[in-house]
Amino acid sequence: MPGMSALGQPAARPPLRRDREGAVLGGVCAGFGRRLGIDPIVLRVVFIAASVAGGLGVIAYALAWALMPAEGASRGPALHVPGRPDSWSVATGIGMLMLAVLLLFREWGLWVGDALVWPVVLAAAGGALIWRQSANAADPAPARAERRRSGGSALGRAALGVALVVGAALIFLYFNDALRPARDVLLPVVVVLVAGTLILAPWWIRLVRGLADERAERVRSQERAELAAHLHDSVLQTLALMQRQADNPREVAGLARRQERELRAWLNGGRPFGERSTLAAALELAAAEAEEAHGVAVDVVVVGDCPLDDAAEALVAAAREAIVNAAKFAGPHPVSVFAEIGGDTIEVFVRDRGPGFDPETVPPDRRGVRESIVGRMRRHGGDASIHTAAGTGTEVELTLGRER
Amino acid sequence: MSAQQPTVVIVDDHQLFRAGVRAELDGLVEVLGDAATVEDAVRCVVELEPDVVLLDVQMPGGGGVQVIRDVAKRRPAQRFLALSVSDAAEDVIAIIRAGARGYVTKTISGPELADAVRRVAGGDAVFSPRLAGFVLDAFAGGASGPAPVVIDAELDQLTAREREVLQHIARGYLYKEIGARLHISAKTVEAHVSAVLRKLQLSNRHELSRWAVERRLVD
Repeated sequence: MPGMSALGQPAARPPLRRDREGAVLGGVCAGFGRRLGIDPIVLRVVFIAASVAGGLGVIAYALAWALMPAEGASRGPALHVPGRPDSWSVATGIGMLMLAVLLLFREWGLWVGDALVWPVVLAAAGGALIWRQSANAADPAPARAERRRSGGSALGRAALGVALVVGAALIFLYFNDALRPARDVLLPVVVVLVAGTLILAPWWIRLVRGLADERAERVRSQERAELAAHLHDSVLQTLALMQRQADNPREVAGLARRQERELRAWLNGGRPFGERSTLAAALELAAAEAEEAHGVAVDVVVVGDCPLDDAAEALVAAAREAIVNAAKFAGPHPVSVFAEIGGDTIEVFVRDRGPGFDPETVPPDRRGVRESIVGRMRRHGGDASIHTAAGTGTEVELTLGRER
Repeated sequence: MSAQQPTVVIVDDHQLFRAGVRAELDGLVEVLGDAATVEDAVRCVVELEPDVVLLDVQMPGGGGVQVIRDVAKRRPAQRFLALSVSDAAEDVIAIIRAGARGYVTKTISGPELADAVRRVAGGDAVFSPRLAGFVLDAFAGGASGPAPVVIDAELDQLTAREREVLQHIARGYLYKEIGARLHISAKTVEAHVSAVLRKLQLSNRHELSRWAVERRLVD
């Protein structure tokens, strides 16, 4: 049931999963992109760049692919909100422009060496991210909505910008041997850190995943409790009533039928039964009331739906009258109600399989049909006709033009 | 195989319900056997070769749709009549699209059910008023959502006559009553309903596809 899965997933950020549907290769970039709320194309470019520059991207991608659990084939909400180019696009764009300019210089023989070019590209991208961030802050009104949407990722972007710039500086220093004195100190620290991460990472990942699973389990058990409460209030209550009425078949059938209606309404989308929000709901309620009052099954089929305006209310009232009439005279056979709500007209048919009658013989003082059905429909610009003959049952046809 | 009484196999995971249907159909159709699970059902149907399989929609292990798929591999001409408590549109449309030739709800009376079995055995389609309503809804003239990708225009529309027939079914008329009202034979009414069934199974209309996709029924 789609509603159930929506319940289980609060409006927070989606979990980190490989997005197989949005995938180009393994869905890693699409997954990260969805989690971080950025366009996966940015991440793809980063991975490709990292792969070209020494193959680090390939390793990182393979690791991520192995560690991230895959998601089912269902596509999440819109991956990318189109609109103003965001900080990521600007940062990548500036990085790319920088790279292009540098490559152009290389063509011309003005190449200054890897030691300078790559740090400058990284620093340009990082700087763009940071500047973009502060530009947003200076111009808060239009950016507010965007930032609220991206939530905490604004901070993450600034942090990444800083990391890019600092990383670029470190690479530059490293290539120029300026780090040599510090290296003797740093190397053991880095090695220990990497080793520690390798040892602790699986445990940490399990912990995080366990927490997520536990939360999902809690949501599920809440749903179960809600379901149990509902069944308790409705179904068990009715079953108890039915046992006490066991020697009264009509009463039992009525109880069962009412409970069935309520349960179906609840199953079919949570609209509480008896809420007169639309024409279809109002017709079903009218049928249920007639059914309860007269102990005759009323089957309702509605095609389309529309809001309840004055004319539609009149239509429902006329239909209710027709249903009650049918239920009174139909005998044991069920009453069929069919409503088709089209673009221009609404048609309602109420049909019974009772003995039928000769319209000529209906005394003029029987106001039921004349006043509450035909008169009411005509006052609201509609019409009603009654088709009947002895032995074939009766069908009341109500039509109403729709104002658009 | 007796010519008068069609043979059926009842597939339902509720033992009580199987026994009830068996009792109600007693003397009207010949019940060859019953099954409670998808695997049992497939074995039973392939072995007993009934005219019609009375099939519950919601069962553990894939439900009626899975039974139809598995049986179709070995008995492609097997006829199914869906019999369910569910009247949710996606359940109904899903089982019809999988290949059932009719859909009736479990509140149907014994003689009516026997009649439906006979009609399905004879190659006709059996539409309940509610199913007719769903079909009208699904084929409604582009009332909601984006226009479907029309692959075969003929399959994506109901003819005026087919709509009329479906509207009468939804209003609770029997085939022969519909024939009399529309001045056509009951056989022609059957032909229209069968044509609608074919469209329902083959059409690419997005309302139909959407139901199927939501239920993960499309491979």
